[in-house]
Amino acid sequence: MPRTLSAPVTVAFDYTRSTGPVIGRFLTGLRDGVVVGARTSEGRVVIPPPEYDPVTHQPTTDFVEVSSSGSVTSWVWVPEPVAGQPFDRPFAWALVTLDGADVPFLHALDVSSADEVSTGMRVQVRWAAERAGAITDIACFEPADDGAGAIVPFPGDDVVSGVVTPVELDYVYAASPEESAFYRGLAEGRLLGQRCPTCHKVYIPPRSACPTDGSPTTDEVELPETGTVTTFCIVNVPFLGQKITPPYVSAYVLLDGADIAFLHLILDIPAEEVHMGLRVKAVWKPREEWGTTIENISHFAPTGEPDADYDTYKNQL
Amino acid sequence: MGKQPAAVVGIGQTHHRAKRLDVSMAGLCREAMDRALEDAGMTLDEIDAIVVGKAPDLFEGVMMPELFLAEALGAAGKPLLRVHTAGSVGGSTAIVAASLVQAGIHRKVLTVAYEKQSESNAMWALSVPVPFNMPVHAGAGGYFAPHVRSYIRRSGAPNHVGAIVAAKDRNNALKNPYAHLHNEGTTVESVLASQMLWDPIRYDETCPSSDGACALVIASEDVAAASPNPAWIHGTVMRSEATSAAERDQVNPQASRDAAAALWKQAGIASPIDEIDMAEIYVPFSWFEPMWLESLGFAEEGGGWMLTESGATALDGRLPVNASGGVLSSNPIGASGMLRFGEAALQVRGLAGEHQVDGARKALGHAYGGGSQFFAMWVVGSDKPTS
Repeated sequence: MPRTLSAPVTVAFDYTRSTGPVIGRFLTGLRDGVVVGARTSEGRVVIPPPEYDPVTHQPTTDFVEVSSSGSVTSWVWVPEPVAGQPFDRPFAWALVTLDGADVPFLHALDVSSADEVSTGMRVQVRWAAERAGAITDIACFEPADDGAGAIVPFPGDDVVSGVVTPVELDYVYAASPEESAFYRGLAEGRLLGQRCPTCHKVYIPPRSACPTDGSPTTDEVELPETGTVTTFCIVNVPFLGQKITPPYVSAYVLLDGADIAFLHLILDIPAEEVHMGLRVKAVWKPREEWGTTIENISHFAPTGEPDADYDTYKNQL
Repeated sequence: MGKQPAAVVGIGQTHHRAKRLDVSMAGLCREAMDRALEDAGMTLDEIDAIVVGKAPDLFEGVMMPELFLAEALGAAGKPLLRVHTAGSVGGSTAIVAASLVQAGIHRKVLTVAYEKQSESNAMWALSVPVPFNMPVHAGAGGYFAPHVRSYIRRSGAPNHVGAIVAAKDRNNALKNPYAHLHNEGTTVESVLASQMLWDPIRYDETCPSSDGACALVIASEDVAAASPNPAWIHGTVMRSEATSAAERDQVNPQASRDAAAALWKQAGIASPIDEIDMAEIYVPFSWFEPMWLESLGFAEEGGGWMLTESGATALDGRLPVNASGGVLSSNPIGASGMLRFGEAALQVRGLAGEHQVDGARKALGHAYGGGSQFFAMWVVGSDKPTS
């Protein structure tokens, strides 16, 4: 058994970018099948156009249409493409200086082997058949032929002012050894915290090192499944990615014997009747649904005991 | 050798809106920067260094945006620093910029902070579920609402105090042409009648989601001498603490109290309520006004709500708080702290326009961030500090 638990996490969102007028002009050009650069105050033609002049810092206004053919300035071979790259077969990333431009521009070059790429070789834009005003409107560069950069007309008369950029991060979340012991305890129906050997505070979940004095926490403490609601809020607002349907009570539950509360859900009582000092106990899911997670506890529910005295939890607020 | 005197000589901000679809991130920053430079009577070429701040990268989905922004911000050939301390970042960014001048390293530093919230969804970005944990997190409002409830319990404050703050700040915003929300006719009653979002926080007691930027030009003593109305920096303090520790006080955090005590000492202030003429305090949820009034030492513990209820924090009160409309009226998260710092500076320069506090000569700018984990604050004054 590995020392620590881990689980995959995906963080993904389709970001909506405002391009501003300069990048918007460039993307509008791509949508229309034209490469638009800008002339800087030093007289150089740059693609994509910089939003502000690198020397005068003034907004870019002098736009220049350049050729969709040019020369490879430098390149690198990609033998094993990864997800999200322009091709799922080997290709080159190339810096291409388009005719009429002074600065190279990076895009994919579609050739079948590294032997077919060389610095100085002539290439042309291969336009995507359907274009949306995005850098992918240039499908790639390809070796130049006589019918240079054939454009499928794809008319649109609105100016591009925004693009959607999907971002996805896939990573593995690793719990610390101490947290892993806590989650494995939950898989046995136990609540395992740790006591700081220096300040003697009991942490659940355990933290590896005491946040207050930095001492490694080693003394395991098993806690009961009863506790007190210190404070809480009633979540009425729905939002993207929400896992629990509102309204619900998100409460800090201070287990008996613990010195720090953790957030959990309160049910089996109308939300408006939840209050500070409410005594609660864990309600576990059916055992066959258990994993190494605090979600083994479905929620906390009132025990029916009298409220905890304010003095017992006032230092937790 | 102690700190060199430094002053704010230029302030710029954008018109904050829910969606500034007309500009890119660079364009948003430049709008604020160009206004700050014009105010300072300087060009980008004269600037020695640039310090940029914004809140978490997940808000726009651009890792290290300072890389692609460098050229547009005019940073080529100059030092460029990026600062990040969650919601307090606008404040700490201004402090880092000020420290470069106070340390005698640079004479003219431009600092800019921004957020373009319309590019994503902050509530989503702050609530990404963590494996093995209970998915009960519900954004910043869900995080802070239980601590607001704790404050109400500890202080015995009546329920309408939060609504007083919200109505005040929304009406102040009507006098600020840059503010995002211009909600005419907001009253205590209308706030109390608005939807309960994260009980005990209501819709009208919550900050908006804004696109916006703020920029400051901070200059050394010799440069500031040429300015007709510099805002002199009398003290700057940052403090941090653990997000979660046993018995951590989330209503009145230790780091906040320590920062305030250090700030008043640095600025030579014995009684903040008597010596500070106005304050721009980071109040993203209305109840944080009385909470921070106590933590900052403007009121005794448990007495912040009385100051608010008495009208002392209104525009014509003893200590006007958030004359600009505050975070409750404009919240481009990364810029929100710098807006507090910049608005305080505008006030002591006498340039706040319709929301100018009469006779403001010494003002507080304040920001906090994370789970009340990071604090940044400064005092600015019309007069050069004497020590």
